[in-house]
Amino acid sequence: MENERYFGAGLTYLNPSDLKGKLIAIEGTDGVGRSTHIEMLQEWLEVQGYGVITTGWTRSNLMSKTIEVAKQGNILDRWSFSLLYATDFADRLEHQIIPALRSGFVVLADRYIYTAFARDVVRSGDRNWIRDVFGFAIVPDLVCYLRIDVDTLALRVIETSGMNYWESGMDLKLGADLYDSFKKYQSLLIEEFDKMAEEFHFEVVDARQPPEEIQEALRSKIQPILKNGQQYLAQTTVPESTSDQS
Amino acid sequence: MTPAPLTFDQPHPFPGKLIIVEGIDGSGKSTQLLLLEKWLEAKGLNVVFTEWNSSDLVRETTRRGKKNKTLTPTTFSLLHATDFASRLYHNIMPPLKAGLIVLADRYVYTAFARDAVRGVSPEWVRKVYNFAIRPDMAFYFNVPIEVAISRLLGGTRAQLKYYEAGMDMGLSQDITESFRIFQSRILAEYDKIVSEYGLITMDATKDIEEQQNEMRHVVSNALENYRPKRGTHGKRTLFWRRFNVSKSE
Repeated sequence: MENERYFGAGLTYLNPSDLKGKLIAIEGTDGVGRSTHIEMLQEWLEVQGYGVITTGWTRSNLMSKTIEVAKQGNILDRWSFSLLYATDFADRLEHQIIPALRSGFVVLADRYIYTAFARDVVRSGDRNWIRDVFGFAIVPDLVCYLRIDVDTLALRVIETSGMNYWESGMDLKLGADLYDSFKKYQSLLIEEFDKMAEEFHFEVVDARQPPEEIQEALRSKIQPILKNGQQYLAQTTVPESTSDQS
Repeated sequence: MTPAPLTFDQPHPFPGKLIIVEGIDGSGKSTQLLLLEKWLEAKGLNVVFTEWNSSDLVRETTRRGKKNKTLTPTTFSLLHATDFASRLYHNIMPPLKAGLIVLADRYVYTAFARDAVRGVSPEWVRKVYNFAIRPDMAFYFNVPIEVAISRLLGGTRAQLKYYEAGMDMGLSQDITESFRIFQSRILAEYDKIVSEYGLITMDATKDIEEQQNEMRHVVSNALENYRPKRGTHGKRTLFWRRFNVSKSE
């Protein structure tokens, strides 16, 4: 039978009922500032005494190298593209996320299955297949969605890391150049994230605000799901001098 | 946006034909497919052959996972699905669209059987492979486990393969015994798959030429309305470059 902790069919060989920790996913499109905020959240949680691990897209031991190599060659089909990421995610789920949750850690996930959904839907227009593939995933306790508009995003990315091939969705041939392609691709992704925000009840945080306000908003969403509830919220403040550099 | 994608539960719209064979190691399926290929080519048809082997990409990754003992039933399954996706896109779909006959030694049913035995949800693995093209004809070579073992040990290949024997599952230290246990479970899964997808069951204990005659008979009938496409450049099995893993890692 399907277990409600699983997104779909689940891992039939693994019972998720003893997962004591909390799984918090930070979602949002490329360059929106997820990793910066996750670093600050980790610090904040550890100060409160929570054990924290972070996990991020393509960071599995099994697949990170494979994906790097595959990206340099030609992945021409959406299925291989999505399945490579699914394999990476499965490896992290079984070797990092589930063991950490079982030991009572707070797991901060830099991107989660919703990133894979958005990317696949933009490429295929089909929502069902990719969701079936990720049926083995654990449903997070909380999904915080860093929401941004594409114009602000484009400026921010140019100022920081610059636009790259994959973040611009160049494989989709949406625009004549990197900039046009980036804007079209990212607006499609944002549109899909917005739809999922309603469907899956994401906590939406406006990522156009200054970093300290974003961090404050994230903490106010996260605090209620933690064991100690509200008690620390009033005592902690966000440092003023942080800059967003994703 | 592309139109609604093909799904495994409906026939493909392409002018080519996809013929696949399934069965455990030692069932003789590869021999039968080879003979079928000879016959089709002798009739002047343009045939493309593809098999369920791993690309460099997956082989390297599997090796890494094996070394660290970190492959799980789910990652094992997804890795092979990735590989199949790439093969479908590069080696199977183009010739089917071009109107050729594609012969596949093992197909998605191999994954359905193996992955279920390894412990993933049978429903899930079917959903993962929903992007696969449904074959026009699927033959299952049914063989008792003892016949398969004696063929493999006594015949041309006097050894059993590590993964085919399910040695990674710790069923038995003895490879022949492990093969027997693992492949018996696979056979049980194939039984379910045969009725679920209507595979054409062949009695793989019969003589080679007798099986081949039956197979040719079935294929003849199925190809009645097939309009062959003749290429002018002879046989070509690779339609696009596959991604490669550099050996230097």
